[in-house]
Amino acid sequence: MMIRTFKTALVVTWLALGAVQAQAGPVQDLLQEQGALIEESSRRTIGPAIEAIVDSGLERVQPVLQAWQDKALWIDAEGRFWRVIEKDGDEILVDVDTGAEAGPADTAAMEQIKPNSGIRALIGTALVQFQLSDPNPARRRAALESITRDPEPELLAPLRASIETEDDADLLARKVRLERLLTARFDEDEAARVAAIEALSTDAAVETRAALNPLLASRMVALPDGETPEGNVARELSPGGDRLSRAAAYGALVDAGLAPPRPSDAEIRAALEANRANGEVGGVAVAALGDPQARARAYDALAAEGLVAPRVEEADVEAALAAHAFFDVYAEPSAAVTDAARAALTSIGIRVGAMKGVDIGLDALSLASIYFLAAIGLAVTFGVMGVINMAHGEFIMMGAYTAYLVQQIIPDRTLSLIAALPAAFVVTFVAGVAMERLVIRHLYKRPLETLLATFGISIALQQLAKIVFGTQARPLTAPDWLGGAWIINDVVGISHIRIAIFVLALMFLGFFLFLMKRTRLGLETRSVTQNPGMAASVGIDPGRVNMLTFGLGSGIAGIAGVAIGLYAKVTSEMGADYIVQSFMTVVVGGVGNIWGTLAGAAMIGGLQKGIEVLNPSNTLAAQTWMIVAVIIFIQFRPRGIIALRGRAAGD
Amino acid sequence: MTGSFLKRNPSVPVVLGLLLLGTLAVAAMAASGGLSTSFVKTLGMTLCLALAALAMDLVWGYAGILSLGNIAFFALGGYMIGMWLMTARTEIIVAESLAGQAIPATPQEIRDAVGGQIFGVVGSADFPAIWAFSGSLPAQLALVVLVPSLLALVFGWLAFRSRVTGVYLSILTQAMTLALALYLFQNDAGLRGNNGLSGLQNLPGLSAVPQATVSLWFLWGSALALGLGYLLCAWVVSGKFGAILRGIRDNEARVRFLGYPVEGFKLAVFTLSAAITGIAGALYYPQAGIVNPAEMMPIASIYLAVWVAIGGRGRLYGAVIGAIAVSLISSFFTSGKLPDLDLGPVRLVWVDWWLVMLGFSFVLVTLLAPKGLGGLVDLWTQRRRPERHGADLGPDTGAFREKEAEA
Amino acid sequence: MNTLLEVSGVSVSFDGFRAINNLSFHMGAAELRAVIGPNGAGKTTFMDIVTGKTRPDKGTIRWGEKGISLLGLSEARIAREGVGRKFQKPTVFEDQTVRANLLVALRNRRGPFAALWWKPKPAELERVDALAETIGLAAHLDRKSGELSHGQKQWLEIGMLLAQEPKLLLVDEPAAGMTVAEREKTTAILVEAAKTRAVVVVEHDMEFVRRLNCRVTVLHEGSVLAEGSLDHVTSNKDVIDVYLGR
Repeated sequence: MMIRTFKTALVVTWLALGAVQAQAGPVQDLLQEQGALIEESSRRTIGPAIEAIVDSGLERVQPVLQAWQDKALWIDAEGRFWRVIEKDGDEILVDVDTGAEAGPADTAAMEQIKPNSGIRALIGTALVQFQLSDPNPARRRAALESITRDPEPELLAPLRASIETEDDADLLARKVRLERLLTARFDEDEAARVAAIEALSTDAAVETRAALNPLLASRMVALPDGETPEGNVARELSPGGDRLSRAAAYGALVDAGLAPPRPSDAEIRAALEANRANGEVGGVAVAALGDPQARARAYDALAAEGLVAPRVEEADVEAALAAHAFFDVYAEPSAAVTDAARAALTSIGIRVGAMKGVDIGLDALSLASIYFLAAIGLAVTFGVMGVINMAHGEFIMMGAYTAYLVQQIIPDRTLSLIAALPAAFVVTFVAGVAMERLVIRHLYKRPLETLLATFGISIALQQLAKIVFGTQARPLTAPDWLGGAWIINDVVGISHIRIAIFVLALMFLGFFLFLMKRTRLGLETRSVTQNPGMAASVGIDPGRVNMLTFGLGSGIAGIAGVAIGLYAKVTSEMGADYIVQSFMTVVVGGVGNIWGTLAGAAMIGGLQKGIEVLNPSNTLAAQTWMIVAVIIFIQFRPRGIIALRGRAAGD
Repeated sequence: MTGSFLKRNPSVPVVLGLLLLGTLAVAAMAASGGLSTSFVKTLGMTLCLALAALAMDLVWGYAGILSLGNIAFFALGGYMIGMWLMTARTEIIVAESLAGQAIPATPQEIRDAVGGQIFGVVGSADFPAIWAFSGSLPAQLALVVLVPSLLALVFGWLAFRSRVTGVYLSILTQAMTLALALYLFQNDAGLRGNNGLSGLQNLPGLSAVPQATVSLWFLWGSALALGLGYLLCAWVVSGKFGAILRGIRDNEARVRFLGYPVEGFKLAVFTLSAAITGIAGALYYPQAGIVNPAEMMPIASIYLAVWVAIGGRGRLYGAVIGAIAVSLISSFFTSGKLPDLDLGPVRLVWVDWWLVMLGFSFVLVTLLAPKGLGGLVDLWTQRRRPERHGADLGPDTGAFREKEAEA
Repeated sequence: MNTLLEVSGVSVSFDGFRAINNLSFHMGAAELRAVIGPNGAGKTTFMDIVTGKTRPDKGTIRWGEKGISLLGLSEARIAREGVGRKFQKPTVFEDQTVRANLLVALRNRRGPFAALWWKPKPAELERVDALAETIGLAAHLDRKSGELSHGQKQWLEIGMLLAQEPKLLLVDEPAAGMTVAEREKTTAILVEAAKTRAVVVVEHDMEFVRRLNCRVTVLHEGSVLAEGSLDHVTSNKDVIDVYLGR
C-alpha cells in the first residue's frame, strides 16, 4: 500500500513536471490520463475510466482492455503502461499502441494492475461491444452467449448498435431476439418495453421465459385493512388461500411490526425449562407439564410476571389476520409492462404446453415401441400359439447378453451391432426350440402348468446369468451414430436410439405380417393353431410347426433384447422387468392379433407417460396407476382392444 | 360330502398330530439348548409359509385359480402387524429417551418424536393417514385380516365379474402384485418405501425376554395358526362348498348351468384365502424381522405356487408338505454351511446354484410328477389312478390332470 | 296349454355371420319337443341364447306365467329360474362321486354361504337314491363319475338336471355315441321327465327323434323352417330340400 501510494505520487509528480518520456501514442496517453483511477482499482470509481477508454474510439483499445481484464497490464518504473505476454516461458513487453513486442519484461521492477472481479466484470461488459462487432463470427457468438448469461442494462446500447452491421443471418436473428429481451427488461421507454414483450410472446425458448419471469417478481406486503399499497399491485391475497398460508401471513405481520410474535411450542418449552424453580414453573409443578394445558397455564404465569413474551391465542391470530390486508406487489413499477409480461408468459405457457404435449407424445411413442418389441415375441408364442412362456423375459436377456459378448469379440460398434442381431436370434431360437421340445410340448392345453414350468426355467436362467455374468450391469454401447439426439427445440427432442427402436418396431411389425400372411410357415401355424387335427390330416406336422413357431417367437425376443439392451442396461433381471408389461400388452391388445398387440403397446406406453405428466418425478407411481388402469380397462373389454368375437374366439 | 368330518378328512388327525409332536420335539430340543434360536425361527417361519401354501391350495388346488397375488396378501399382513410393532416399540424407546428431559413431554411431542424416528429414513416426520390405528394392537390385528380380504374382494370382484379366467387371471393377479409392490416402493405411500418396516423381531415391552424365548412363542403361535387353518380349510373343502369349488376347477360351465353363482364362490374362496394368507404373513414377518416391497417381486409370488405344486395340489396336506420341504431344503442350501463343490473348471457354490436347481426341479415335477410329494402318500395308502388315456378331468385350464386324479 | 317359454324375433350374428335370424319359438309347460336341423342351423346357438350364454342382438325371450324377460340375466340366474341344460358332451364333475354330483345338483339355496353350512338331510339322500335308480346308476353311487362309461355319464348329467327340478330341460344330442340299448333307456328317461316338465331335445338322429314321438321343430339357417309331427315335417318339401341338398 505504501509503495503504491508512493508510486502514484511519483506518476503525479512526473505528470506535473511534464517530463513524460513514454513512447508517444494515443492509447498510452489515454491510459496516462486515467492512470490514477486505473491504479486505484475500485469498483465504485472505475466507471468513468473505462467509459473514457471505450469512448475514445481508438482501435487498439480492445487488446488493452482484454489485457487489463486478464491481469496482463503492467506499469513500469516510469509509470508507463505495458501489456505483458508470455512467450516460450518468457515474459515480454508489448506496446499498448503499436502492439509491437519491446523486449523482455522485468516484472520485478514493474507493478501489475490487479482488477478485482467486480472491475473485471465491468471491463468484460465494455469489451462486449467490441466483440459484438468483431470480424470473427465465433467471437460475436461468444459475446451473445455472455450477454444471455449475464444481461446488464449497459449492454443494450452496444447490442443495438451492432445489429445494423451484422451480416450473418443466424447471428442477426439472435441479436434481434436478445435485443428484445434486454429491451423488455432494461429499456427506459415503457412503450418500447411493452412492444418488445409482445414481440417475444411467440417465442418459447427457455431464455425468453428466463428473461420475462424476473419482470413479474413480486413481494408480499401486509397493511392494515383499508390501506392500499404503493407501487404496482399484482393481487390481493387472502390468508389461508392457495397463495398464502395463514402461518406465512401472520409471519409477515410480525415482520412488519403489525403483530406480536407468536412463541412456538419449542420456545415455550425452552422458556419453561429456563424458568424452573423449586420443581415448579409459574406455580405449576414441573412433573405436570406433560399436559399441554398445564404448560399454557405455567407459561401464562411467566408472561404475567413479564418474564416472557405473552402467548398469542388462535383467536388473536384470527383477529390480526382479519384486520390486515395482504398484497403481492411487483418489483417492476410499470403496470403496462407487468400486464404485457403476464400476457406474454401465458401465451408462451400455452405454446410450451403444446410442445410438451408433443414431447410426451414422442416419449410415449418410444416407450410403446419398447413394449411392442418386448411383446411381439409373445404375440407369436402366446397370441398365436396360446403358449404362455414366463421365460420370455429371459430370452430378451439372453439376446442382450449375446450382443454384449459379440461386442467383446468385435470392437467396431457398428459391425458388432450388425453381427449381434442374427447372433441373438440364433441363440434364442435354439433355446426356444429346446424349451419347446423338452417342456412345452408335453404341456399343451395345460396353460397353468406351462406357466409354472416356464417360470421355473425363468428362475433358473436368471440365476445362471447371475452366476456367469455377475450381478452388475454390463455395458452394451451403441455406435456413435446412434448416440446423439434429434433436438427440435428447447422443449421437443428425442434421442437417436429411441428413433432406431421405433424403426425396429415398425420393421418387426412388417416382418410379422409378412410371415403370418405370406409365408408357408405362417399359413401352417395358423392352421395348426385353429385345428391341429385337421392340419395334421392335410399333411402338416403340428409338432414341427409348433417347434418352429415357438423358436421364431423366442428369436424375435432375442433381437428385442439387443435393442432393449442398447437403450437400458444389461442385467440378469432385465427380462423380469418387462415380462408383466409384455403380457399385459398382449392381453390388453387382444390375443391372436398383431394389430391388437400394437394397440396394447400404444395404450400401455401412452398411459404410463400420460400418468407421468401428472407427477413427473415419480415413474413408479406412473407404473402403479398404469397397471391399475389396465385392470379396470379389462373390465370393459375383457377380450382386449381388438377382440375376436363369436365361435372363432373359442368360448 | 356325507359322513362325519373325520371320515371325510382322514388327513386331519395325522397332520395335527404330527404338527403337535414336531412342535413339542422342537420346543424340547430348544429348551435343552440343542437348537439355535435362528433355527427355531426358521422353523416357525416355515410353519407360516405352510399356512400360506394352504391358502394357496384353497384357490389353486381346489378352485383352479392360479393366483399370483397371494404373496401380496402375505406381505400386507406383515405390514399391518409391523405398523403396530414399530409404533409401539418406538413409543417406548422415545418415552425412555424423553424421560431424561427437564420437562415431561406432551403427547403431541411424543407422537412427533415417534414419527421422526419411524419416518426419518424417508425424510418425513409425520404419520401418514394410513397409520391412524397403528397405536392400537386390536385395530391392527383386525386390519391384518381386513386389508388383504378387502383387496381380494375388490380385485376379485373386478376380475371374476368380467370372467377373466385361466392364465389371464394369473397374469392379472401378477400385475396386481407388481402394482402394489411398485406403489409401496414409493416413499409417499407412507410405508417407508424400499426400507420397509424393520426391527419387527423386537416385541414392544418385552425387551427383557430373550429372543430364544420369543422364538418359541412364535413357533407355538405359528403351529396353532397352521393347525386351526388346516381345520378350517378341511371343513371348507370337504363339504358342499368344496364340491362346488372342485366343480368350478374342472368344469366351470356345468356349475354355472346348475344355477350356482360361480363368481360368488370364487370371490368367497379368494377372500378367505387372502385372509388366511394375511394372518400367515402377520406371524411370519415378526420372526423374519423385516418386511419390504421386495418381498412382493414376481419371483416371490410364484414360490407359493411352487410349494403347492411340489407338495401336490388339491390335497391340503400336500401344500403343507411342499412348503415345509422346499423351505427347509432351501434354507439348508442357502445357509452357506454346505461346502462348495469343486468340479474342475466350475465351482459349485450352493448358495448360487440352489435357485437353478429349484427352477429345474420345478419343471421336472410339473412334467413328470404332477401329484408332487403327495403322490408318495398315495403309494402308501395304495390309492390307484384312473385310466383315462391322458384326458383331463374337465375342460377348464385349471382342471385336474389324469395323473393328479385318484379313482 | 299355457306358455312356458316364448322366444320371438331373436337374431344374433358373429362377425357378420347370422347364426340366428328372426327366430320365434314357444313351449308349453309340460311338453316334449325335438329340434332338428342340419349342421350350422343354429341349434346350439339357440340353446346358448335361452340359457344366457349368448346375448342376442335383438328380440325378446319371455319366461313363465309372469312373462319375465330372460335377456340380461346371468346363466346361473336363468338356471335358478328353472332352465336346465345338458351339453352335447357329457359334463359331470369327474373328480367326484356320482352321489356328490347328484347332491350338488339338488335343488337348494345356491349362495356360497348356504353351501358352506349345508348338510344333507335324510330326505335329500333318499331323493338322490331315487334319482340314481331312475337313471340306472344306483349301483355306482360311490364311484367317481370320471370312471363311468360315456352313456352312464350322459345319464348322470340328465339325473343332475332332474335333481335341479327345472321347469324346462334343454338336452343337446343326448344319444350321440350311445349303443342301441342305451338309447332306448335314454328315450325312456326323457319321455318320463316330460310328463311333469317341458323338455327340448336337440338331435341329429331321426331314428331317435321318431322314438321320442313328439312335436318336431326344424331349424334352418337360424330360423324355423317347419313345425309339427315328425311325419308332417318330413313330408315338407322345404325340409326335404334342406336335408337332401338342393
